[in-house]
Amino acid sequence: MSQEFFPNTSPGTRGLVYREPLIFERSVPGRSGASLPSAGVPETDPADEIPAELLRGPIEHFPSNSENEVVRHYVRLSQTNHSIDTGFYPLGSCTMKYNPKVNEWAARLPGFANAHPYLPPEQLQGVLELMWNLQNLLSEIGGFAATSLQPAAGAHGELAGLMIIRAYHLDRHGTPRKKVLIPDSAHGTNPASAALLGYQAVELPSNEKGMLEPEVVARAMDEDVAALMVTNPNTLGIFETHIKEIAEIVHAKGGLVYGDGANMNAILGVARPGDLGIDVMHYNLHKTFSTPHGGGGPGAGPVSVAAALEPYLPRPVVVKEGDAFRLDFDRPKSIGKLRTFWGNFGMMVRAYTYILELGREGLRRTAELAVLNAQYLRKLLEADWHVAYENPSLHEVIFTDRNLKETGVTTMDVAKALIDHGFHPPTVYFPLVVSGALMIEPTETESKETLEAFAAAMKAIYERAKTDPEGLKRAPEKPVVERLDEARAARKPVLRWTPDFEIPF
Amino acid sequence: MAQTVPQDLKYTKDHEWVRREGDELVIGITFFAQEQLGDVVYVELPEVGAEVQAGQPFGVVESTKAVSELFAPASGKVVARNDELVDAPEKVNQDPYGVAWMIRIAPSNLAELDALLDAAAYQKYVEEQQ
Repeated sequence: MSQEFFPNTSPGTRGLVYREPLIFERSVPGRSGASLPSAGVPETDPADEIPAELLRGPIEHFPSNSENEVVRHYVRLSQTNHSIDTGFYPLGSCTMKYNPKVNEWAARLPGFANAHPYLPPEQLQGVLELMWNLQNLLSEIGGFAATSLQPAAGAHGELAGLMIIRAYHLDRHGTPRKKVLIPDSAHGTNPASAALLGYQAVELPSNEKGMLEPEVVARAMDEDVAALMVTNPNTLGIFETHIKEIAEIVHAKGGLVYGDGANMNAILGVARPGDLGIDVMHYNLHKTFSTPHGGGGPGAGPVSVAAALEPYLPRPVVVKEGDAFRLDFDRPKSIGKLRTFWGNFGMMVRAYTYILELGREGLRRTAELAVLNAQYLRKLLEADWHVAYENPSLHEVIFTDRNLKETGVTTMDVAKALIDHGFHPPTVYFPLVVSGALMIEPTETESKETLEAFAAAMKAIYERAKTDPEGLKRAPEKPVVERLDEARAARKPVLRWTPDFEIPF
Repeated sequence: MAQTVPQDLKYTKDHEWVRREGDELVIGITFFAQEQLGDVVYVELPEVGAEVQAGQPFGVVESTKAVSELFAPASGKVVARNDELVDAPEKVNQDPYGVAWMIRIAPSNLAELDALLDAAAYQKYVEEQQ
């Protein structure tokens, strides 16, 4: 990437981007994209058969467009989007690693892609074998006894895990217990999952190093506590070195330890949460195991458990008998079924492909490089940017806007300015314990050159904040729409198009 | 900073203020709180008649940055809530100590106010936070 071609740090140039109207505005009454054959049976008027109050009637302003209009509309919209296939996406805590195309090849193999979940097991042996193998691989990778692939996303996995914990306490002690302990750096989904099951979420403060202290857990721990939820490394990117001692404190009072596997990418193949005293953990296949994320999903949040919790896993689980595989529904202690059919199977194929492609050494190398990349970015940026915690961080690092305080430029302005440089902004204002957080997670799939280009953009933004803060606050100026009024969009959202609606640009 | 911490109020470490008006208490969030939150876009308050408990959440305030819980400075029964904030949450940014009051309660234990910060202590606390 030579400086002659890129005199500033933005890779953007003047590609033609269409100012695309809404599909409603492209509508021409009577136009259609479908040409259906005649039904072959006499047509009837629904009004003759169905009571008037049950008839829907015409939908006002429903768009009528030809096929190519629809295709061009959505392709043009997609061209204004940023994705992992168009650029660097250092969204902290989300592990936006590149999604290898070989995963897509595997998921499109007709035997997988066309398998119907209602086929009898003898016709689904390949599908069930893949699920069985993936269950076992995930158990092995995390150091657990058993795994369910059913949950549809990370938060769903959390819910499944806490339901398992709840079922365990009910079964063992006749009570689900009352409280769940959660550090203040946790993902917001942790207290939400606990609350959804009727638990009181008790917040534990982390110390000045960004870590959970055993004494803090010990003070909060009693026989009303069902579980402690921990993320390791935590959302500050810091490894909780006291995790074994903390797990012992929780276990001593009969509680369980839930592991939020969102940050598994930092320790994959290096440490096994099951060996660290974690009893239940969810994986995010769409983070750690390179399946699509966000709008490209769906996600998948398998949940792995220690042996004592195996009876409570969602049903069915895949079992192997001789050389044959089948779905086992006969699990009386199971928390039940959590997902239509058997989970997001396409994601299982992609994750399985990824694991087999990398193998044991490759997975370990993933974590090592993810940490190395984050360390490299930290070194490149720390001369200008204030690091939230001096402690060594692993796969992600948190900076703040403290050094820009005098300029009036905030974390939000920095995030917006990065868009003009062709980068997706990092996670901002999270975790909540850090004021003005800029949470950067580069992942292992980015090259040294990309990291350096990002660091150069951050440096350019830092310097512009000192010399031209007002200009910086107008960013982004290069996208098809400039800076949006987020407050107005949230306060006065326009949720439905009407013919007199005017696009405000 | 001086005018952003009115002298006649009591404060919590979670950045709520409370003003005594006759037998009732008026509650809102501080200038520092709205400044930290940024543009407030949504406010959720308890129904009139609901009980609030000192130190426990009584509502939610959401900005373009984050969602935060509101913690009651004192216990009591809600006698009024500021419904104007539902339609105009920006008032929290514009006038946090005035038109953007949040709830009015009939307190059950006025002694709880003694545990709160006075203006000087709150100002010191805020400076430490920065």
